[in-house]
Amino acid sequence: MFQHKLEVRNLHFSYPHSHEIIKDLSFTVSPGESIGIIGANGAGKSTLLMLIMGVLFSDSGEIMVGDICVTKKTLPLIREKLGMVFQDPDDQLFMPTVYEDAAFGPRNYKLSEKEVENRVLNALEAVGALHLKDKAPFKLSGGEKRIAAIASVLSMQPDILIMDEPTSALDPKSRRKIIKLLNSFTHTKLITSHDLDMIMESCERTIIIDKGQIAADGKTSEILTNSVLLDSCGLELPLSLQNCTVCGSAKV
Amino acid sequence: MADIKNSLYNIRLFDELSLKKTPIHNLHPLIKLLTTIFYLVMIVSMGKHEISRLIPFIFYPMLIFVLAELPAYQIIKRLLFIEPLIIGVGILNPLLEQQLIAIGGFEISKGWITFLSIFIKYNLTVTACILLISTTSMLQLSAALRILRVPRVFVLQLLLTYRYISVLIEELFRMYRAYSLRAPQQKGIHKNAWGSFAGHLLLRTIERAQRVYQAMNLRGFSGEYHAKSIKKLNSSDYLYFAGWSLFFVIAKIINIPILIGSLFTGVIK
Ligand SMILES: Nc1ncnc2c1ncn2[C@@H]1O[C@H](COP(=O)(O)OP(=O)(O)OP(=O)(O)O)[C@@H](O)[C@H]1O
Ligand SMILES: [Mg+2]
Repeated sequence: MFQHKLEVRNLHFSYPHSHEIIKDLSFTVSPGESIGIIGANGAGKSTLLMLIMGVLFSDSGEIMVGDICVTKKTLPLIREKLGMVFQDPDDQLFMPTVYEDAAFGPRNYKLSEKEVENRVLNALEAVGALHLKDKAPFKLSGGEKRIAAIASVLSMQPDILIMDEPTSALDPKSRRKIIKLLNSFTHTKLITSHDLDMIMESCERTIIIDKGQIAADGKTSEILTNSVLLDSCGLELPLSLQNCTVCGSAKV
Repeated sequence: MADIKNSLYNIRLFDELSLKKTPIHNLHPLIKLLTTIFYLVMIVSMGKHEISRLIPFIFYPMLIFVLAELPAYQIIKRLLFIEPLIIGVGILNPLLEQQLIAIGGFEISKGWITFLSIFIKYNLTVTACILLISTTSMLQLSAALRILRVPRVFVLQLLLTYRYISVLIEELFRMYRAYSLRAPQQKGIHKNAWGSFAGHLLLRTIERAQRVYQAMNLRGFSGEYHAKSIKKLNSSDYLYFAGWSLFFVIAKIINIPILIGSLFTGVIK
């Protein structure tokens, strides 16, 4: 596990009848790294993830997972290694029960029922959702849905976890739970978020995308404290680093 | 708004019921499917003026209701929705068939008998189908269809359509909520907005369905779902099917109510 590095080289992409959304992106993710991808609304973060997952295909440039290039032909191979948690868990949970949903992926890879059960129970246990096993997804709270969606990806035992805004629309407790959970995973992680405090806690490295281009790529501790840089990309300092709103005393 | 929420709840009610664990739920889906089909065929093949022979067939849904621990009230409420439809189908009969027949001193047109027969048949068949889906999950049912060699595409179509309906209703519900909050004095949707509402709903559901489909693809879906290999048929399954088949055939050949009636009158004589 985790021996795959992810490489994005000179990626260009535009939706039909629109301007270029992704312009010449390049970066490399080493095994085990966890990377935060941040940027203003519409910067192209979700689009980038879709490109990596092979849901969309680039106009030029390439994406390599290990030594396999993401193309239509290699998709089954790629998708076994990459697991993506969608921004809206409702898009992901479509089976009648949480258990069935987590079993959906493994069953598609024609594993034996014993192995499927093993993986599902392990995944549910890893996210602390064993008690939700027989519940119907539409009956879960937002946080529980998120957890179930993560389990349904973990059950496929991917090397690289890709998440689109995992903490959006969660209350502080559920958010904390998800952050703890993410930090407990040893997978290579690629996380987009507007929750910069979460990125600070979960990712050593941060990439800022601004209008489809990389504006900065480096240590989270350096990038997220650089208010000039953040400001020029339409972002703000993480809340925990902003000056106190009551007394105005500076933190940085 | 309550209506939309309700219909969502309706669909999901069957989903939920089908997850119960009772002796009926534990039966092999194929057996339940075949028993239901056999039941339907028996009822539909009943004569046009048949009423008394139909009565023993009520026994089947009643027993399933009890054994599967289904909430009779909620299911009967659902049945009431289609009652107007059934009446609509049968109501012309009394007008079309006007010969009179005498029943216990009364003279009524034969059409009423036909109507009553249709009414009972429809109710029994619809109930049988509802019972099937309340005791068998859609996944199990599609596995049973696959055993019967129904082509994969059709089964998949069925499965996805079933899921898609709830996606559509959810989308509708959200849009309706957004609409009604900004148009508090209106009842329903103003007809000026119908066009854009419908168009928008279509686009949104297509988009949503696409995302769901993408999510499926990302988890290795390749046009075929490998449902959990369902359990093997065992003796209680065979017994269940044989028992009901026997009962249906007997009830069809022998007019049980009349038989019982003549037994009693025989005793009295
Ligand atoms: N299906 C589509 N067709 C055409 N243009 C699209 C489509 N989806 C997104 N876009 C455009 O692509 C750009 C980037 O969108 P994307 O969803 O990648 O942004 P994002 O960085 O994820 O934003 P957010 O933080 O709001 O999620 C946006 O300007 C958007 O208008
Ligand atoms: Mg996005």
